[in-house]
Amino acid sequence: MANVLVNAPKTAKKGDTVEIKALIMHPMETGFRPGTNGRIIPRNIVEDFSATWNGREIFRMKMSPAVAANPFVSFFTVATESGTIALRWSGDEGFVAEHRVAITVT
Amino acid sequence: MTRLRLGLTLTAVFCTSFAVAQGGDPRRSGYQEMGPALQKMQDDDTANPAMLYAQSGATAWTEKAGLAGKACADCHGDAAVSMKGVAARYPAIAPSIDKPVDLEGRINLCRTTHQQAPELAAESDDLLALGAYVALQSRGLPIAPPDEPKLAAVRSAGADLYKGRQGQLNLSCANCHDDNAGRKLAGATIPQAHPTGYPIYRLEWQALGSLRRRLRNCIVGMRAEPWRPGAPEYLALEAYLMDRARGMPMDAPGVRP
Amino acid sequence: MRSSRHPTDVRRRMFLAGAAAVTLLPFAAEATPEALADAIKEVTGGAPLRAGKVTLDIPPIVENGNTVPMTVSVESPMTADDYVKAIHVFNEKNPQPHVFNAWLSPGNGKAAIGTRIKLADTQKIVAIAETSKGEFWNASAEVIITIAACIEEVT
Repeated sequence: MANVLVNAPKTAKKGDTVEIKALIMHPMETGFRPGTNGRIIPRNIVEDFSATWNGREIFRMKMSPAVAANPFVSFFTVATESGTIALRWSGDEGFVAEHRVAITVT
Repeated sequence: MTRLRLGLTLTAVFCTSFAVAQGGDPRRSGYQEMGPALQKMQDDDTANPAMLYAQSGATAWTEKAGLAGKACADCHGDAAVSMKGVAARYPAIAPSIDKPVDLEGRINLCRTTHQQAPELAAESDDLLALGAYVALQSRGLPIAPPDEPKLAAVRSAGADLYKGRQGQLNLSCANCHDDNAGRKLAGATIPQAHPTGYPIYRLEWQALGSLRRRLRNCIVGMRAEPWRPGAPEYLALEAYLMDRARGMPMDAPGVRP
Repeated sequence: MRSSRHPTDVRRRMFLAGAAAVTLLPFAAEATPEALADAIKEVTGGAPLRAGKVTLDIPPIVENGNTVPMTVSVESPMTADDYVKAIHVFNEKNPQPHVFNAWLSPGNGKAAIGTRIKLADTQKIVAIAETSKGEFWNASAEVIITIAACIEEVT
Protein backbone atom coordinates (compact mmCIF):
# COMPACT_ATOMS: atom_id res chain seq x y z
CA MET A 1 0.00 0.00 0.00
CA ALA A 2 1.44 3.34 -1.00
CA ASN A 3 2.22 5.87 1.68
CA VAL A 4 -0.25 8.66 1.11
CA LEU A 5 -1.46 11.70 3.09
CA VAL A 6 -4.70 13.28 1.90
CA ASN A 7 -6.39 16.37 3.28
CA ALA A 8 -10.00 16.57 2.16
CA PRO A 9 -12.93 17.83 4.20
CA LYS A 10 -15.16 15.12 5.67
CA THR A 11 -18.26 17.26 5.25
CA ALA A 12 -19.28 20.13 2.99
CA LYS A 13 -22.34 22.09 1.95
CA LYS A 14 -23.55 21.53 -1.60
CA GLY A 15 -21.99 24.17 -3.81
CA ASP A 16 -19.04 24.90 -1.52
CA THR A 17 -15.65 25.02 -3.18
CA VAL A 18 -13.38 22.72 -1.19
CA GLU A 19 -9.63 22.23 -1.35
CA ILE A 20 -8.07 18.80 -1.68
CA LYS A 21 -4.41 18.23 -0.88
CA ALA A 22 -2.58 15.00 -1.58
CA LEU A 23 0.94 13.89 -0.79
CA ILE A 24 2.44 10.57 -1.82
CA MET A 25 5.81 9.02 -1.07
CA HIS A 26 7.68 8.51 -4.35
CA PRO A 27 11.33 9.14 -5.33
CA MET A 28 10.46 11.03 -8.56
CA GLU A 29 13.86 10.09 -9.95
CA THR A 30 14.40 12.46 -12.84
CA GLY A 31 16.50 10.27 -15.08
CA PHE A 32 19.14 13.00 -15.26
CA ARG A 33 21.16 12.25 -12.14
CA PRO A 34 24.30 10.12 -12.18
CA GLY A 35 24.62 7.52 -9.44
CA THR A 36 27.75 6.73 -7.50
CA ASN A 37 28.95 4.51 -10.36
CA GLY A 38 28.79 7.45 -12.77
CA ARG A 39 25.87 5.97 -14.71
CA ILE A 40 22.58 7.84 -14.98
CA ILE A 41 19.94 6.55 -12.54
CA PRO A 42 16.95 5.60 -14.71
CA ARG A 43 13.85 7.78 -14.65
CA ASN A 44 11.19 6.69 -12.18
CA ILE A 45 8.40 9.19 -11.75
CA VAL A 46 4.69 9.41 -11.12
CA GLU A 47 3.36 10.69 -14.40
CA ASP A 48 -0.42 10.75 -14.03
CA PHE A 49 -2.57 11.92 -11.16
CA SER A 50 -6.34 11.98 -11.34
CA ALA A 51 -9.21 12.59 -8.98
CA THR A 52 -12.82 11.49 -9.34
CA TRP A 53 -15.93 12.30 -7.35
CA ASN A 54 -18.28 9.29 -7.37
CA GLY A 55 -16.52 8.16 -10.53
CA ARG A 56 -16.73 11.52 -12.30
CA GLU A 57 -13.33 13.02 -13.15
CA ILE A 58 -12.78 16.29 -11.31
CA PHE A 59 -9.07 16.86 -11.86
CA ARG A 60 -6.22 15.46 -13.90
CA MET A 61 -2.53 16.29 -13.89
CA LYS A 62 0.46 15.12 -15.88
CA MET A 63 3.70 15.40 -13.95
CA SER A 64 7.17 15.67 -15.45
CA PRO A 65 10.55 14.93 -13.84
CA ALA A 66 10.45 18.57 -12.72
CA VAL A 67 7.92 17.76 -10.02
CA ALA A 68 9.68 17.32 -6.68
CA ALA A 69 10.11 13.99 -4.89
CA ASN A 70 7.20 12.91 -2.70
CA PRO A 71 4.88 14.85 -4.98
CA PHE A 72 2.35 17.19 -3.47
CA VAL A 73 -0.74 18.45 -5.28
CA SER A 74 -3.52 20.76 -4.14
CA PHE A 75 -6.59 21.67 -6.17
CA PHE A 76 -10.18 22.81 -5.69
CA THR A 77 -13.51 21.21 -6.49
CA VAL A 78 -17.16 22.12 -5.96
CA ALA A 79 -19.00 19.84 -3.51
CA THR A 80 -21.81 18.13 -5.39
CA GLU A 81 -23.16 15.08 -3.55
CA SER A 82 -22.09 12.73 -0.77
CA GLY A 83 -19.88 9.88 -1.78
CA THR A 84 -16.29 9.00 -2.46
CA ILE A 85 -13.42 11.06 -3.74
CA ALA A 86 -10.93 8.70 -5.35
CA LEU A 87 -7.35 9.69 -6.09
CA ARG A 88 -5.11 7.73 -8.44
CA TRP A 89 -1.43 7.99 -9.17
CA SER A 90 0.39 6.03 -11.87
CA GLY A 91 3.81 6.17 -13.41
CA ASP A 92 7.01 4.43 -14.37
CA GLU A 93 7.77 0.83 -13.52
CA GLY A 94 4.06 0.02 -13.40
CA PHE A 95 3.52 2.19 -10.34
CA VAL A 96 -0.14 2.54 -9.39
CA ALA A 97 -1.57 3.86 -6.13
CA GLU A 98 -5.14 4.65 -5.17
CA HIS A 99 -6.68 6.30 -2.15
CA ARG A 100 -10.31 6.93 -1.33
CA VAL A 101 -11.88 9.39 1.08
CA ALA A 102 -15.54 9.63 1.97
CA ILE A 103 -17.31 12.98 2.00
CA THR A 104 -20.77 13.90 3.25
CA VAL A 105 -22.48 16.75 1.41
CA THR A 106 -25.54 18.41 2.94
CA MET B 1 -7.11 42.29 -0.77
CA THR B 2 -3.93 44.27 -0.06
CA ARG B 3 -5.21 45.30 3.36
CA LEU B 4 -6.02 41.70 4.23
CA ARG B 5 -2.58 40.58 3.12
CA LEU B 6 -1.00 43.39 5.15
CA GLY B 7 -3.05 42.40 8.15
CA LEU B 8 -2.06 38.75 7.81
CA THR B 9 1.59 39.68 7.31
CA LEU B 10 1.56 41.86 10.42
CA THR B 11 -0.06 39.04 12.37
CA ALA B 12 2.56 36.58 11.14
CA VAL B 13 5.39 38.99 11.98
CA PHE B 14 3.87 39.58 15.41
CA CYS B 15 3.53 35.88 16.10
CA THR B 16 7.10 35.24 15.03
CA SER B 17 8.58 38.06 17.05
CA PHE B 18 6.32 37.13 19.96
CA ALA B 19 7.73 33.64 19.90
CA VAL B 20 11.29 34.95 19.77
CA ALA B 21 10.66 37.59 22.39
CA GLN B 22 9.29 35.04 24.84
CA GLY B 23 11.88 34.76 27.56
CA GLY B 24 14.25 36.82 25.42
CA ASP B 25 16.01 33.67 24.21
CA PRO B 26 18.49 34.73 21.54
CA ARG B 27 18.65 31.17 20.21
CA ARG B 28 16.89 30.53 16.93
CA SER B 29 16.00 27.15 15.47
CA GLY B 30 16.57 26.29 11.83
CA TYR B 31 12.80 26.65 11.34
CA GLN B 32 13.05 30.35 12.01
CA GLU B 33 15.73 30.74 9.34
CA MET B 34 13.52 29.26 6.61
CA GLY B 35 11.37 31.32 4.28
CA PRO B 36 7.57 31.40 4.75
CA ALA B 37 6.93 28.81 2.01
CA LEU B 38 9.05 26.16 3.73
CA GLN B 39 7.66 27.03 7.16
CA LYS B 40 4.18 26.53 5.73
CA MET B 41 5.29 23.16 4.33
CA GLN B 42 6.39 22.07 7.79
CA ASP B 43 3.35 23.45 9.61
CA ASP B 44 0.76 21.50 7.62
CA ASP B 45 0.79 17.88 8.79
CA THR B 46 -0.88 16.75 5.59
CA ALA B 47 1.66 18.54 3.42
CA ASN B 48 4.87 17.92 5.40
CA PRO B 49 6.78 15.12 3.63
CA ALA B 50 8.31 14.11 6.97
CA MET B 51 4.82 13.15 8.09
CA LEU B 52 4.73 10.42 5.43
CA TYR B 53 7.49 8.76 7.44
CA ALA B 54 5.73 9.41 10.75
CA GLN B 55 2.64 7.79 9.28
CA SER B 56 4.69 4.70 8.37
CA GLY B 57 6.10 4.77 11.86
CA ALA B 58 2.64 4.82 13.39
CA THR B 59 1.84 1.62 11.49
CA ALA B 60 5.18 0.01 12.36
CA TRP B 61 4.51 0.83 16.04
CA THR B 62 1.69 -1.71 16.06
CA GLU B 63 3.36 -4.42 13.98
CA LYS B 64 4.71 -7.49 15.71
CA ALA B 65 8.35 -8.20 15.04
CA GLY B 66 11.19 -10.53 15.94
CA LEU B 67 11.33 -13.89 17.68
CA ALA B 68 9.43 -12.42 20.61
CA GLY B 69 6.60 -11.52 18.23
CA LYS B 70 6.05 -8.23 20.01
CA ALA B 71 5.05 -4.82 18.71
CA CYS B 72 6.25 -1.55 20.26
CA ALA B 73 2.64 -1.02 21.28
CA ASP B 74 2.61 -4.25 23.29
CA CYS B 75 5.00 -2.73 25.84
CA HIS B 76 4.53 0.97 25.27
CA GLY B 77 0.84 1.20 24.50
CA ASP B 78 -0.29 4.47 23.00
CA ALA B 79 2.80 6.33 21.78
CA ALA B 80 1.12 9.69 22.32
CA VAL B 81 1.20 8.91 26.03
CA SER B 82 4.26 6.74 26.56
CA MET B 83 6.59 8.51 24.14
CA LYS B 84 5.65 12.04 25.15
CA GLY B 85 8.86 13.93 25.89
CA VAL B 86 11.11 10.96 25.14
CA ALA B 87 12.85 12.29 22.02
CA ALA B 88 13.45 15.56 23.87
CA ARG B 89 15.75 13.86 26.35
CA TYR B 90 18.01 11.87 24.07
CA PRO B 91 20.95 11.10 23.88
CA ALA B 92 20.72 9.38 27.24
CA ILE B 93 22.45 6.57 29.10
CA ALA B 94 20.77 3.25 28.41
CA PRO B 95 20.79 1.48 31.79
CA SER B 96 20.92 -2.04 30.34
CA ILE B 97 24.23 -1.41 28.56
CA ASP B 98 25.38 1.54 30.69
CA LYS B 99 26.35 3.44 27.55
CA PRO B 100 25.00 6.58 25.90
CA VAL B 101 22.59 6.09 23.00
CA ASP B 102 20.68 8.43 20.73
CA LEU B 103 17.05 7.87 19.80
CA GLU B 104 17.86 5.58 16.88
CA GLY B 105 20.21 3.61 19.11
CA ARG B 106 17.50 3.29 21.76
CA ILE B 107 14.99 2.01 19.20
CA ASN B 108 17.48 -0.61 18.04
CA LEU B 109 18.19 -1.59 21.64
CA CYS B 110 14.48 -2.28 22.08
CA ARG B 111 14.47 -4.25 18.84
CA THR B 112 17.33 -6.54 19.82
CA THR B 113 16.58 -6.86 23.54
CA HIS B 114 12.79 -6.91 23.78
CA GLN B 115 11.60 -7.90 20.32
CA GLN B 116 14.55 -10.19 19.65
CA ALA B 117 14.65 -8.78 16.17
CA PRO B 118 17.69 -7.71 14.21
CA GLU B 119 18.73 -4.07 14.37
CA LEU B 120 17.25 -1.76 11.78
CA ALA B 121 19.96 -0.43 9.47
CA ALA B 122 21.12 3.14 10.05
CA GLU B 123 19.21 5.62 7.86
CA SER B 124 16.84 2.88 6.70
CA ASP B 125 13.25 3.90 6.03
CA ASP B 126 12.06 1.58 8.81
CA LEU B 127 14.30 3.12 11.46
CA LEU B 128 13.60 6.66 10.28
CA ALA B 129 9.87 6.05 10.28
CA LEU B 130 9.89 4.93 13.91
CA GLY B 131 12.23 7.78 14.82
CA ALA B 132 9.93 10.30 13.16
CA TYR B 133 6.89 8.87 14.92
CA VAL B 134 8.56 8.92 18.34
CA ALA B 135 10.04 12.39 17.82
CA LEU B 136 6.61 13.68 16.78
CA GLN B 137 5.39 12.88 20.31
CA SER B 138 7.83 15.48 21.65
CA ARG B 139 6.75 18.23 19.27
CA GLY B 140 6.33 21.51 21.10
CA LEU B 141 8.10 20.23 24.21
CA PRO B 142 11.37 21.77 25.43
CA ILE B 143 14.58 19.88 24.82
CA ALA B 144 15.41 18.37 28.22
CA PRO B 145 18.74 16.54 28.26
CA PRO B 146 18.95 14.34 31.37
CA ASP B 147 21.10 15.50 34.29
CA GLU B 148 23.18 12.38 34.25
CA PRO B 149 26.78 12.67 35.48
CA LYS B 150 27.94 10.00 33.00
CA LEU B 151 26.73 12.17 30.13
CA ALA B 152 28.88 15.09 31.23
CA ALA B 153 32.04 13.50 29.85
CA VAL B 154 30.26 12.68 26.59
CA ARG B 155 29.02 16.25 26.23
CA SER B 156 32.43 17.62 27.04
CA ALA B 157 33.98 15.48 24.31
CA GLY B 158 31.28 16.79 22.00
CA ALA B 159 32.09 20.37 22.93
CA ASP B 160 35.74 19.79 22.06
CA LEU B 161 34.75 18.37 18.68
CA TYR B 162 32.43 21.33 18.07
CA LYS B 163 35.10 23.88 18.86
CA GLY B 164 38.08 22.10 17.31
CA ARG B 165 39.27 23.01 13.85
CA GLN B 166 39.44 20.19 11.35
CA GLY B 167 39.77 19.36 7.68
CA GLN B 168 41.23 21.02 4.64
CA LEU B 169 39.58 24.34 5.42
CA ASN B 170 40.68 24.20 9.04
CA LEU B 171 37.24 25.22 10.21
CA SER B 172 35.43 24.35 13.39
CA CYS B 173 31.66 24.06 13.73
CA ALA B 174 31.82 27.07 16.03
CA ASN B 175 33.43 29.24 13.35
CA CYS B 176 30.21 29.22 11.36
CA HIS B 177 27.46 28.28 13.75
CA ASP B 178 28.53 30.36 16.73
CA ASP B 179 30.62 33.19 15.28
CA ASN B 180 28.73 33.73 12.01
CA ALA B 181 25.22 32.40 12.55
CA GLY B 182 22.63 34.61 10.89
CA ARG B 183 25.04 35.72 8.18
CA LYS B 184 24.98 34.39 4.64
CA LEU B 185 27.27 31.76 3.19
CA ALA B 186 26.84 31.01 -0.52
CA GLY B 187 23.49 32.76 -0.45
CA ALA B 188 22.11 30.67 2.40
CA THR B 189 21.63 31.84 5.98
CA ILE B 190 23.95 30.06 8.41
CA PRO B 191 21.74 28.53 11.13
CA GLN B 192 22.75 28.32 14.78
CA ALA B 193 22.73 24.51 14.47
CA HIS B 194 20.19 23.57 17.15
CA PRO B 195 18.81 20.08 16.45
CA THR B 196 15.21 20.93 17.33
CA GLY B 197 13.62 19.32 14.29
CA TYR B 198 15.25 15.91 13.94
CA PRO B 199 14.72 13.63 12.15
CA ILE B 200 14.29 16.11 9.32
CA TYR B 201 13.01 15.99 5.78
CA ARG B 202 15.95 17.70 4.17
CA LEU B 203 15.24 19.10 0.70
CA GLU B 204 18.85 18.37 -0.21
CA TRP B 205 18.22 14.67 0.44
CA GLN B 206 14.59 14.62 -0.72
CA ALA B 207 14.16 12.19 2.12
CA LEU B 208 14.04 12.01 5.88
CA GLY B 209 17.37 11.71 7.71
CA SER B 210 18.80 11.67 11.19
CA LEU B 211 20.95 14.19 13.00
CA ARG B 212 23.84 11.80 12.50
CA ARG B 213 23.41 11.96 8.74
CA ARG B 214 23.31 15.74 8.89
CA LEU B 215 26.50 15.84 10.96
CA ARG B 216 28.23 13.63 8.43
CA ASN B 217 27.13 16.08 5.71
CA CYS B 218 28.59 18.96 7.68
CA ILE B 219 31.92 17.21 8.13
CA VAL B 220 32.12 16.30 4.44
CA GLY B 221 31.01 19.79 3.48
CA MET B 222 33.76 21.27 5.61
CA ARG B 223 36.21 19.10 3.72
CA ALA B 224 37.10 17.13 6.81
CA GLU B 225 37.33 13.37 7.12
CA PRO B 226 33.99 11.99 8.33
CA TRP B 227 34.16 9.56 11.22
CA ARG B 228 33.39 5.91 10.52
CA PRO B 229 29.72 4.90 10.91
CA GLY B 230 28.93 4.23 14.54
CA ALA B 231 31.92 6.22 15.80
CA PRO B 232 31.50 7.65 19.33
CA GLU B 233 32.29 11.13 17.97
CA TYR B 234 28.81 11.39 16.44
CA LEU B 235 27.11 10.60 19.72
CA ALA B 236 29.34 13.03 21.59
CA LEU B 237 28.46 15.83 19.16
CA GLU B 238 24.76 14.97 19.29
CA ALA B 239 24.83 15.04 23.08
CA TYR B 240 26.62 18.38 23.09
CA LEU B 241 24.27 19.95 20.56
CA MET B 242 21.15 18.81 22.40
CA ASP B 243 22.58 20.19 25.64
CA ARG B 244 23.39 23.47 23.90
CA ALA B 245 19.77 23.58 22.71
CA ARG B 246 18.40 22.85 26.19
CA GLY B 247 14.97 24.38 26.68
CA MET B 248 14.27 25.12 23.02
CA PRO B 249 10.97 23.66 21.79
CA MET B 250 11.18 20.68 19.49
CA ASP B 251 9.59 20.94 16.07
CA ALA B 252 10.20 17.39 14.90
CA PRO B 253 9.82 15.97 12.34
CA GLY B 254 10.88 19.12 10.58
CA VAL B 255 11.57 20.32 7.05
CA ARG B 256 14.92 21.89 6.32
CA PRO B 257 16.58 23.08 3.09
CA MET C 1 29.87 27.59 -22.28
CA ARG C 2 26.89 28.99 -24.18
CA SER C 3 27.65 32.29 -25.84
CA SER C 4 25.22 34.31 -27.86
CA ARG C 5 28.11 36.06 -29.58
CA HIS C 6 29.14 32.98 -31.53
CA PRO C 7 27.51 32.20 -34.89
CA THR C 8 25.36 29.09 -35.04
CA ASP C 9 27.89 26.77 -36.73
CA VAL C 10 30.60 27.60 -34.21
CA ARG C 11 28.13 26.94 -31.40
CA ARG C 12 27.23 23.64 -33.02
CA ARG C 13 30.88 22.62 -33.18
CA MET C 14 31.34 23.68 -29.57
CA PHE C 15 28.30 21.62 -28.64
CA LEU C 16 29.57 18.52 -30.45
CA ALA C 17 33.01 18.92 -28.91
CA GLY C 18 31.47 19.30 -25.52
CA ALA C 19 28.94 16.49 -26.00
CA ALA C 20 31.21 13.85 -24.50
CA ALA C 21 31.99 16.09 -21.55
CA VAL C 22 28.31 16.96 -21.13
CA THR C 23 27.36 13.36 -20.35
CA LEU C 24 29.70 13.44 -17.37
CA LEU C 25 28.08 16.57 -16.01
CA PRO C 26 25.25 16.28 -13.49
CA PHE C 27 22.72 16.93 -16.26
CA ALA C 28 22.73 15.01 -19.52
CA ALA C 29 21.35 17.96 -21.45
CA GLU C 30 20.27 21.48 -20.77
CA ALA C 31 17.03 23.06 -21.90
CA THR C 32 17.40 26.06 -24.13
CA PRO C 33 15.13 29.04 -24.69
CA GLU C 34 14.24 27.35 -28.01
CA ALA C 35 13.08 24.18 -26.26
CA LEU C 36 10.94 26.30 -23.96
CA ALA C 37 9.44 28.17 -26.90
CA ASP C 38 8.76 24.88 -28.73
CA ALA C 39 7.09 23.36 -25.70
CA ILE C 40 4.87 26.41 -25.31
CA LYS C 41 3.99 26.33 -29.03
CA GLU C 42 2.96 22.67 -28.72
CA VAL C 43 0.31 23.78 -26.28
CA THR C 44 -0.78 27.07 -27.84
CA GLY C 45 -0.43 26.11 -31.48
CA GLY C 46 1.16 29.50 -32.02
CA ALA C 47 -1.77 31.48 -30.56
CA PRO C 48 -0.66 34.67 -28.78
CA LEU C 49 0.08 34.60 -25.08
CA ARG C 50 -1.84 37.31 -23.25
CA ALA C 51 -0.50 38.83 -20.05
CA GLY C 52 -2.86 38.82 -17.09
CA LYS C 53 -5.37 36.70 -15.17
CA VAL C 54 -2.66 34.25 -14.10
CA THR C 55 -0.87 34.56 -10.77
CA LEU C 56 2.26 32.48 -10.31
CA ASP C 57 3.09 32.38 -6.64
CA ILE C 58 6.65 31.13 -6.22
CA PRO C 59 9.34 32.38 -3.84
CA PRO C 60 11.80 34.72 -5.58
CA ILE C 61 14.72 33.20 -3.68
CA VAL C 62 14.67 29.56 -2.76
CA GLU C 63 16.74 27.71 -0.18
CA ASN C 64 17.01 24.52 -2.21
CA GLY C 65 16.04 23.87 -5.80
CA ASN C 66 15.03 20.29 -5.04
CA THR C 67 11.66 21.28 -3.64
CA VAL C 68 10.21 24.66 -4.58
CA PRO C 69 6.62 25.20 -3.45
CA MET C 70 4.48 27.02 -5.99
CA THR C 71 0.85 27.79 -6.81
CA VAL C 72 -0.74 28.88 -10.05
CA SER C 73 -4.11 30.58 -9.80
CA VAL C 74 -6.24 32.00 -12.61
CA GLU C 75 -9.01 34.60 -12.41
CA SER C 76 -12.00 32.92 -13.98
CA PRO C 77 -15.73 32.59 -13.23
CA MET C 78 -15.37 28.83 -13.89
CA THR C 79 -18.84 28.65 -15.42
CA ALA C 80 -19.83 26.45 -18.35
CA ASP C 81 -19.41 29.45 -20.69
CA ASP C 82 -16.10 30.67 -19.34
CA TYR C 83 -13.69 28.43 -17.50
CA VAL C 84 -10.04 27.43 -17.40
CA LYS C 85 -9.60 24.22 -19.39
CA ALA C 86 -5.97 23.61 -18.63
CA ILE C 87 -2.94 25.01 -16.86
CA HIS C 88 0.52 24.37 -18.29
CA VAL C 89 3.75 25.24 -16.52
CA PHE C 90 7.16 25.36 -18.15
CA ASN C 91 10.72 26.12 -17.11
CA GLU C 92 13.67 27.63 -18.87
CA LYS C 93 16.82 25.85 -17.70
CA ASN C 94 15.99 22.37 -16.42
CA PRO C 95 17.10 19.47 -18.64
CA GLN C 96 13.63 19.41 -20.14
CA PRO C 97 11.13 22.30 -20.41
CA HIS C 98 7.95 20.82 -18.92
CA VAL C 99 6.90 21.13 -15.31
CA PHE C 100 3.29 19.94 -15.31
CA ASN C 101 0.00 20.08 -17.19
CA ALA C 102 -3.36 19.99 -15.48
CA TRP C 103 -6.88 19.76 -16.86
CA LEU C 104 -9.86 21.44 -15.23
CA SER C 105 -13.57 21.95 -15.72
CA PRO C 106 -16.25 24.29 -14.30
CA GLY C 107 -16.64 21.70 -11.52
CA ASN C 108 -13.37 22.86 -9.98
CA GLY C 109 -14.91 26.10 -8.79
CA LYS C 110 -11.53 27.71 -8.55
CA ALA C 111 -8.61 27.41 -10.95
CA ALA C 112 -5.75 27.18 -8.49
CA ILE C 113 -3.18 24.42 -8.29
CA GLY C 114 -0.38 23.99 -5.78
CA THR C 115 2.60 21.69 -6.05
CA ARG C 116 6.33 21.49 -5.46
CA ILE C 117 8.85 21.53 -8.26
CA LYS C 118 12.54 20.98 -8.92
CA LEU C 119 14.61 23.77 -10.37
CA ALA C 120 18.13 23.07 -11.53
CA ASP C 121 19.31 26.64 -11.60
CA THR C 122 18.19 30.24 -11.30
CA GLN C 123 15.64 30.57 -14.11
CA LYS C 124 12.29 31.70 -15.41
CA ILE C 125 9.10 29.74 -14.86
CA VAL C 126 6.13 30.29 -17.19
CA ALA C 127 2.53 29.40 -16.34
CA ILE C 128 -0.05 29.35 -19.13
CA ALA C 129 -3.81 29.08 -18.64
CA GLU C 130 -5.93 27.84 -21.53
CA THR C 131 -9.55 28.99 -21.35
CA SER C 132 -12.68 27.46 -22.81
CA LYS C 133 -12.80 30.46 -25.15
CA GLY C 134 -9.52 29.34 -26.70
CA GLU C 135 -7.49 32.14 -25.12
CA PHE C 136 -4.02 31.65 -23.60
CA TRP C 137 -3.15 33.82 -20.61
CA ASN C 138 0.24 33.66 -18.96
CA ALA C 139 2.47 34.82 -16.13
CA SER C 140 6.14 34.22 -15.51
CA ALA C 141 8.51 34.54 -12.57
CA GLU C 142 12.25 34.54 -12.06
CA VAL C 143 13.42 32.25 -9.30
CA ILE C 144 16.87 32.49 -7.76
CA ILE C 145 18.19 29.17 -6.50
CA THR C 146 20.69 29.04 -3.69
CA ILE C 147 21.83 25.86 -2.05
CA ALA C 148 23.15 25.02 1.37
CA ALA C 149 26.77 25.94 1.87
CA CYS C 150 27.98 22.53 2.98
CA ILE C 151 26.74 19.95 0.46
CA GLU C 152 26.85 16.24 0.98
CA GLU C 153 28.40 14.61 -2.04
CA VAL C 154 26.27 11.99 -3.78
CA THR C 155 27.22 9.03 -1.60
